[in-house]
Amino acid sequence: MIFTVLIPLLLACFVPFISKFKHKIHTGTVIFFIPLAIFFYFIQFIGSGFEPIRHTYSWIPSLGINFDFYLDGLSLLFVLLISGIGALVVLYSVYYLDRSEPLGHFYVYLLMFMSAMLGVVLSDNVFVLYTFWELTSISSFLLIGYWHFKEKSRYGALKSMIITIFGGLSMFGGFALLSVISGTTSIQTMIANADVILDNPYMPLALGFILLGAFTKSAQFPFHIWLPDAMEAPTPVSAYLHSATMVKAGLYLVARFSMIFGSYEWFFIIVSIAGIVTLCWASYMAVHQTDLKAILAFSTISQLGMIMAMLGFGTKAAVFAAVFHILNHATFKGSLFMVAGTVDHETGTRDIRKLGGLLTFMPITATLALFGTFSMAGIPLPFLNGFYSKELFFESTLDLEGGASGIAGFLIDVIPYLAVFGSIFTFVYALYFLFGTFGGKTQLDKLVKKPHEAPIGMLVSPGILVLGVILIGLFPSAVNGTFIAHAAEAVYGEPITKDVHFWHGWDSPAFQMSLVVVGLGALLVTTRRKWNGIYQVFPGKLSVNKVYDTIMGKLNAYSRTITTFYMSGSLRNYMAIILSTILVVTVGFMLATDGFTIDFGNLAPITFIELTVVLIIIASAIGTIFAKKNLAVILIVGVAGYGVSLLFLIYRAPDLALTQLVVETVSVALFLLCFYHLPDLKRLHAPLSTRTTNLIISVGFGALMTLVGISAHSSSWFETISDYFIETSKPIGGGSNIVNVILVDMRGLDTLFEITVLGIAALAIYTLIKFKTDKGGK
Amino acid sequence: MEIIILILAGVLFATAIYNLLQKQLLRLIIGSVLLSHGAHLFLLTMGELKRGNPPILTEGISEYTDPLPQALILTSIVISFGITSLLLVLAYRTSNENNTDNMEQLRGNENE
Repeated sequence: MIFTVLIPLLLACFVPFISKFKHKIHTGTVIFFIPLAIFFYFIQFIGSGFEPIRHTYSWIPSLGINFDFYLDGLSLLFVLLISGIGALVVLYSVYYLDRSEPLGHFYVYLLMFMSAMLGVVLSDNVFVLYTFWELTSISSFLLIGYWHFKEKSRYGALKSMIITIFGGLSMFGGFALLSVISGTTSIQTMIANADVILDNPYMPLALGFILLGAFTKSAQFPFHIWLPDAMEAPTPVSAYLHSATMVKAGLYLVARFSMIFGSYEWFFIIVSIAGIVTLCWASYMAVHQTDLKAILAFSTISQLGMIMAMLGFGTKAAVFAAVFHILNHATFKGSLFMVAGTVDHETGTRDIRKLGGLLTFMPITATLALFGTFSMAGIPLPFLNGFYSKELFFESTLDLEGGASGIAGFLIDVIPYLAVFGSIFTFVYALYFLFGTFGGKTQLDKLVKKPHEAPIGMLVSPGILVLGVILIGLFPSAVNGTFIAHAAEAVYGEPITKDVHFWHGWDSPAFQMSLVVVGLGALLVTTRRKWNGIYQVFPGKLSVNKVYDTIMGKLNAYSRTITTFYMSGSLRNYMAIILSTILVVTVGFMLATDGFTIDFGNLAPITFIELTVVLIIIASAIGTIFAKKNLAVILIVGVAGYGVSLLFLIYRAPDLALTQLVVETVSVALFLLCFYHLPDLKRLHAPLSTRTTNLIISVGFGALMTLVGISAHSSSWFETISDYFIETSKPIGGGSNIVNVILVDMRGLDTLFEITVLGIAALAIYTLIKFKTDKGGK
Repeated sequence: MEIIILILAGVLFATAIYNLLQKQLLRLIIGSVLLSHGAHLFLLTMGELKRGNPPILTEGISEYTDPLPQALILTSIVISFGITSLLLVLAYRTSNENNTDNMEQLRGNENE
């Protein structure tokens, strides 16, 4: 099983070589056999006696992360969709994409996506699932931006990337929580331990995170905005990723985890509300679109919402209907996208206002569209699969279980009405799509090309999908028994036996709801021009896209403002920030831990001479601030330096005094060498506020260091280790000058690198003086 | 006495920081010199002051001042000397190339 997941990825490596010969043979014709082979591999599992299969391959066993592939009914349904529709899409793309396009890129991305998607639905390990999940986001990003010279493509790709990765990361958080709570990384083991998870107080958080991931991927309201913009991708991509497979990954996730969370009331509430709201909003908005693919995008969103709602209901009937509709939607929506692509390909436009009357030019395409749209609308004809799932949907809205009070109770009362509302608009946009494109008057002057029937190869794929629509419509029980029932069982946990019939009698409430939908829908379609103005009122200027654009714009603007606020480029400000941070943190820490101690015992006596030296140093240190001439400052610093060396002498450090004396002399000489070349210290008048902050910071810092020093000196924790140096200086080091023995013997490494520092400084100074470049420092 | 030396170190730190917050290059260097003086005195005080003889072994004397801080300070003096001289030459080059020693006017070029 692992090979089916990895084969597309491995073969993607060879695509660039194949695509070299694209002028002899279209790359797609070679690629076509990969999904086809996978499809035929998985078809062997179809049958009534299907049992789940598990294959495990080690990856990172120490973290519990393994390629743990688990094929049950739900996965089987998805892998068949992915490989089957994948093969048809590749076939379609052979006729859709011109050989002048960069075909290698296209098929590499597509194979990458196929691998990722198979991995998502087959993984039993949450972290492996997440890995493949992000790979779908990345490959989808690449595919949407396929025509990267178009600005709208790049915008759409970026938007979908940001939204789906946002959801993906939140889902990762949910997975991490779940695996910590349950102590396992395997989904099936989590399902077996569902009560442990449900009892954990962090469970709602994990659920929220996972649902956020599912809702963003499956374009639920208000995260649906990326899907219409993803229509900038080539049509085969839209058909494959953005109708049949990737957008269903979120549904797969909810279905998979409904075994764990299904009994939790908020799962029902959140998922149902998200689904129903998405269904109504997107079907309402779809009627307003003018681009064929935009209509289909909103239609996809609304159908995904419908499935999501049914997964939220979680009853036997609803789960069965949801799973059944996943299959049905993939068949008719895939075919409709291909039809839209064909129309675009043959007329040069997808604007429904310019199209019309194409029936006479493209009869076969029109027929295919007719089946697709009628199935989507749920028109009660016994050979359309859409009708069955829609009727099952109505049925499931009517027999909801659960607490009859509170939010859940309210929902149960309201959902059937909303379902009918959404379905009416579904009917309206489906027929609008069909008649807007193929009915009415022809407007040849508005078309780029003179329309004619598409090449036969382009019609094969939608033809096969429409054939699927009809076959499922005619023999629903055959599909049901062989794998839909297994899939539903995998979601619900118990076997669901359900017979799908076309006829339930006049008194069946679901059928009556369907009649209402058809009746009102037909009325609305015919009077569409009269009520179209409602879109000016609602949503009018309201749009989630605006929210997204505003958020992104503001994020950029605010981060720019914040960065330019503190990254001012002024060294003085950075110094001020660094020092005040040190000040605040240290003072805060000392206050918080009550760290300040002062101990007047054990102090050396004060003598007059020391005090004089100290006062001289203090005077010269303060003098550096007020001196106005370079020479004066340099001499004053020299005074301070000699004062320090005097202190060293008093404190019985002869070597220090010597070094300090020499160093100070050389430094002053250096200063004097440089001062001639430096401009004079003009008093640069800073504003009073700056000078005040400087004063506060510097005095604060000095006081802080004094306090830290006193406190440190007053609290002695350990004996000094210097006794060892004193004792061993002669016997081990062989010298009487203890400081020098420490420097060259006991801690000789310090000295080595201090020599290195001096050497580097000398080299740097030499280079600085010697190497002159152009003015401007290039 | 230790407390007085620590206060002196504090004053050195304060004046050093005040100089570091100025704009002219020379003041920055002066600041760093004062800062290293402060740090050296600080280090010296952390050992004990004036308890015993200079740390040179002499017959008949067992009390010496702490030699370790002295060794550390000696290393530090040399390093800060290296840094100071490098800074000085850098300041010289910078003000020569850019005709200014005002830090507020040294803001890099367009492409940074």
